[in-house]
Amino acid sequence: MSSKGKDLVTGHDAEHEYEAGLAVVAPDAIKDPGLEPHRVRMTDKSEKHAKNAERQVTAMFLASIVGSAFALWAYFAFPLSPTDLGTVRSNTLFLGLGITLGLFGIGVGAVHWAKTLMPDAEVSEARHQTRGSEETRARAIEIIDLANQESGFSRRKLIRRTLYGALAFFPLPGIIIFGDLGPNPADSLKHTMWRKGTRLTRDPYGTPIKATDVTLGSVFHVIPEGLNESDHKLEEKAKAAVLLVRVEPEILKESDERKGWSYDGIVAYSKICTHVGCPVALYEQHTHHLLCPCHQSTFDLTNACAVVFGPASRPLPQLPITVDAEGYLVAQSDFTEPVGPSFWER
Amino acid sequence: MFKRKINNARRNPFAAILVIAAGLLVAGGGYAGATAAVSHSTSGAYTADQVTEGSKLFLTNCASCHGKHAEGTNYGPSLIGVGAAAVDFQVGTGRMPGQASGPQLMKKPVQFTTEQTAALAAYVSSLAPGPSVPDERWTSTSGNTTRGGELFRINCAMCHNAVGAGGALTEGKFAPVLKGVEAKHIYEAMVTGPQNMPVFNDANLTPQDKNDIISYLKYMEANPSAGGEELGSLGPVAEGLFLWLFVLGGIVAITIWLGAKSN
Repeated sequence: MSSKGKDLVTGHDAEHEYEAGLAVVAPDAIKDPGLEPHRVRMTDKSEKHAKNAERQVTAMFLASIVGSAFALWAYFAFPLSPTDLGTVRSNTLFLGLGITLGLFGIGVGAVHWAKTLMPDAEVSEARHQTRGSEETRARAIEIIDLANQESGFSRRKLIRRTLYGALAFFPLPGIIIFGDLGPNPADSLKHTMWRKGTRLTRDPYGTPIKATDVTLGSVFHVIPEGLNESDHKLEEKAKAAVLLVRVEPEILKESDERKGWSYDGIVAYSKICTHVGCPVALYEQHTHHLLCPCHQSTFDLTNACAVVFGPASRPLPQLPITVDAEGYLVAQSDFTEPVGPSFWER
Repeated sequence: MFKRKINNARRNPFAAILVIAAGLLVAGGGYAGATAAVSHSTSGAYTADQVTEGSKLFLTNCASCHGKHAEGTNYGPSLIGVGAAAVDFQVGTGRMPGQASGPQLMKKPVQFTTEQTAALAAYVSSLAPGPSVPDERWTSTSGNTTRGGELFRINCAMCHNAVGAGGALTEGKFAPVLKGVEAKHIYEAMVTGPQNMPVFNDANLTPQDKNDIISYLKYMEANPSAGGEELGSLGPVAEGLFLWLFVLGGIVAITIWLGAKSN
């Protein structure tokens, strides 16, 4: 470090003048070594090595032919069958290996040919200057001036200004049209399919769930009644998916506000993670933790799904539930807060 | 406003009667159904000799943690009402008797013979009714694999991986690999919810649903992946590691060879 420091020349000592006193200039630490001395290849020294290299290149090209022929053969030897997915495995594997050898053989052969048999004299070529010659630059300015004179661009102010105006207005229709691309999300992020009295049904078949079906320790994956018949099934499911769990009623820590939201220890929470929207459905029966498989956010089901670990910052929204006259579980209302990840207006 | 309405509805004596009636009807019906299933199931019926034998085995092997009358202690839960299915699963896969406490009891070589396991199951099921060992027709592999696959992906795949390759849970717990697990053990795990696995009772997944799921798992086990080498079916982690090490490594090697001078 100290020996290096000696070689450094600070701005104050140097002959150059720098505006900022802190600038440090270092002379080139490594001298330009120039071209290294030419090394004669074995293939240039002996005819035997050259012959060998020639044979190697030929062998690579022959291997390429074999590969391509193999690919052709494999395509017909392992036909795809629409009823057996397993046939894809052999078909793509051998076809791919054949084509790989076909192309790889050509590439490796060509490079080996160039490296061993083609002339290997080192050549250096200095870079051109980026700046044009004085003559070219003067001529360019001349042309611009001439164009300005002939068109009267500087002289005819009215034309120039209206042209600026026209150019400024031209993109406006485009901007407005682009602004209308796609539906405006409006408040669709804040509402789901759940309504007062919507029955909780099993995913995927939509059969309603009785409170008595949900025994202690059970987990039901729930969709709202009528989801399968809705027009935008996937969009609705992505918002409305719910996880239903029954625990001992006395271990639920419920705030006064949410006292009536569970039914005899049965609680329903949104399955959409408040971090980036993965389905949170890994339920541990004894810890009562819900784990998100994507980033390991962990929610405590007995404590209003508060975050106990991981990157999620808000608890999972709870769906208020109750039972209807026939004993089926129904929602008391929609979620009282938007489900899923945070967004700008939340 | 809304809350008050519900509270009012709850206070209505008629509502209470309705709820109790609905509860009694379903619970009674469910119990009748469950007992009917037990009496129909061939493996559900145990002899008195088996119960006596099981009781002896229980006292010598299980009672230190589960209590002399299976009532549970600080070291092990009560087994009253867990049913023969829970015993057959826990003892039949070697998880019980437990070897050491930890985040999760591990699968290990089975400690009891089939007869002893059956005797223990007989004893525990004699304490209180509970899920029985499944009938053979529900553990066949002739179910609808497409339907089973869909049900598996919705109910099981989040923990056990889409093809049952297993996965991690919190704090050292994990969902085990399902490949090579006996069909009846898969069924029993769904009915009883061992350790941290939730329960999937017959009201949630019917015996036919469970059979479809088992058929799907066994189909996946028997048929290699169409996409080629599975690398443990662990998805982007294993595949990414392979790509980074071998494919990128190969590209680096080829690049070095391209730039090197010939001898």
